[in-house]
Amino acid sequence: MGNIHKLSAAVAAISFVAAASAAHAQEEVRVYNWSDYIAPETLEKFTERTGIDVTYDVYDSNEILDAALLAGRSGYDVVVPSTYYFTRQLKAGVYQPLNHELLPNLDNLNPDLMDNLEAIDEGSEYSVPYMWGTNGIGYNIDRVTEILGDDAPVDSWALLFDPEITAALSEAGCGLSMLDSGDEMLSPAMAYLGLNPQSERIDDLEAAGELLADVRDDMTYFHSSRYVSDLANGNICVAAGYSGDVFQAAERTEEAGRDFSIGYSIPKEGAALWFDMMAVPADAPNTENAHAFINFILDPEIAAEITEYVRYANPNAAANEYLSDEILNDPAIYPETEVMQNLYVQAEKPQDVLRARTRIWNRVKSGR
Amino acid sequence: MKPSRLSARPATMLKRWQLGRRAVIALPLVWLTLFFLLPFALVLKISLSEAAIAIPPYGPLLEYADQTLHVFLNLGNYLFLLSDSLYIAAYWGSVKTAFIATAACLLLGYPMAYAMARASARWQLLLLLLVMLPSWTSFLIRVYAWMGILSNNGLINNLLIGLGLIDTPLRMMNTQFAVTIGIVYAYLPFMVLPLYAHLTRMDNSLLEAASDLGSRKLNTFIKVTLPLSMGGIVAGSMLVFIPAVGEFVIPELLGGPDTLMIGKVLWEEFFLNRDWPVASALAMVMLLLLLVPIVWFHRYQSRELE
Repeated sequence: MGNIHKLSAAVAAISFVAAASAAHAQEEVRVYNWSDYIAPETLEKFTERTGIDVTYDVYDSNEILDAALLAGRSGYDVVVPSTYYFTRQLKAGVYQPLNHELLPNLDNLNPDLMDNLEAIDEGSEYSVPYMWGTNGIGYNIDRVTEILGDDAPVDSWALLFDPEITAALSEAGCGLSMLDSGDEMLSPAMAYLGLNPQSERIDDLEAAGELLADVRDDMTYFHSSRYVSDLANGNICVAAGYSGDVFQAAERTEEAGRDFSIGYSIPKEGAALWFDMMAVPADAPNTENAHAFINFILDPEIAAEITEYVRYANPNAAANEYLSDEILNDPAIYPETEVMQNLYVQAEKPQDVLRARTRIWNRVKSGR
Repeated sequence: MKPSRLSARPATMLKRWQLGRRAVIALPLVWLTLFFLLPFALVLKISLSEAAIAIPPYGPLLEYADQTLHVFLNLGNYLFLLSDSLYIAAYWGSVKTAFIATAACLLLGYPMAYAMARASARWQLLLLLLVMLPSWTSFLIRVYAWMGILSNNGLINNLLIGLGLIDTPLRMMNTQFAVTIGIVYAYLPFMVLPLYAHLTRMDNSLLEAASDLGSRKLNTFIKVTLPLSMGGIVAGSMLVFIPAVGEFVIPELLGGPDTLMIGKVLWEEFFLNRDWPVASALAMVMLLLLLVPIVWFHRYQSRELE
């Protein structure tokens, strides 16, 4: 996504706020979504079709949204947390049930994908997926091939978890990074060890921690967003990351005319599948308009338009016919069936598992 | 003559003066109550409550049921901090980093302030401006600039590789070293300015007297200048040390896997574990830790004023 696009999206968002305040008595809906996560025309089209003005604010991390929702009275009608955070918030009583009569477009959703969400929100009672993606490995194709040869295991977590490989990469001056989240690194480590990536057994978590501790010294850092610019600038060359972020790095590399390119792979041992869920806070001021907005996003043409722009897959089966072949056939965005079968959705954990995980993770990071 | 009117005048003036004085004192008092005392009380309250999955994510302290008022004071959050060596290690890491940075600021800042105080009046103004000028740009941008200087593909490494001095880049980014550099850079003006203020106020005739009595320059510096600028050293060190202990942005941007500081641990408790009570307890303990140097500073200051 180019910077010009971002700018125009920002301008569009601002002009919307302006329009909303000008027409005072009109209906409105307040949406709080991730930054750079909607097509520039989408909001305008919504207002044209429904006459409802949109106040559109953005955040750039789940934590910020989480804190805003838990403090209460956020004032938003539609928010878009990722599955993992959504589950915690649902338990805390943040959301209200959806009225399916107001959401006829629900039928467009892909039933196979929706099966993954049954454990989180049975029958879409409280939420509807907006976009989805995976956690995998972003890597500098040229540097990794140069150091490890043509048979570099780029389709495996070995690229980040095998001490011999990480040592070879790190010694050659190729930086590595992991996401700074025990949840998002210990699960793939368990998958790599052949354990259940969702395991709540302390032994399994400890084993994963040991695996990570063995490669810790080769990691340049643990951070959940810095790798985007560092991959693009060539400061690091292998990073555990979110699919969309790595695409962004790849695009920046291309724009800057670098002499290398960035690839994204979903490791064969299994990787996290996540959804960003549209949900309505229990204290939302405009519940009906919130439903109108969600139903509008479920429109196949609108969903396709957003995917084309943000390059994240949408869960809308009916939208596929409006997508370009380039996007639809990109295995990094819409993975093949075999890869899809190994993906797992991060489930909510009890508080003691959460704490054990954070502690193990802190031990890995600080090397104690 | 109308004595009654004449005598009434000073009385009203006195009253007015007292009123004005009260208003002047009330303003900072209201400010402190609103923006320090109340938030502090809130944090203290949360630190004594129990974590819950709810809005807000902690339990109540008071509950009225069956005609009895139940008060819940959960000290578990504080005990928990002792049970895991992570927190003590993080406090220690923060204090150590802040201490090293403060010492480095003092070593760098003292000669700077000394030279400024000795310069001619026109130069002083210019030098003062040069010390403060960087803070006119955003703090975040200046930290990002350090990323550009220290990174593997950064200014220093490219220069050294270009000169043929090294083959593989030196690892400076994402280390404790980078964090210390960042803190020293960001807080140096807070050290220089109070030192400068003390050094310019110093009476030159004292130095002349020392020299007349046969003291050598180094001796004069140690026996006269240094003790007289002690107030500036203490003030500058406090201004650097206290915010450096709680620093979050610099370690987050420049730090690496080894950087364990309390600001980051607090963030994790709050956002990742979603344990507001433990996060609040961490903050309270940090405040207590910082209270020690602040009280000491206060006593030093009042002693100096006497």
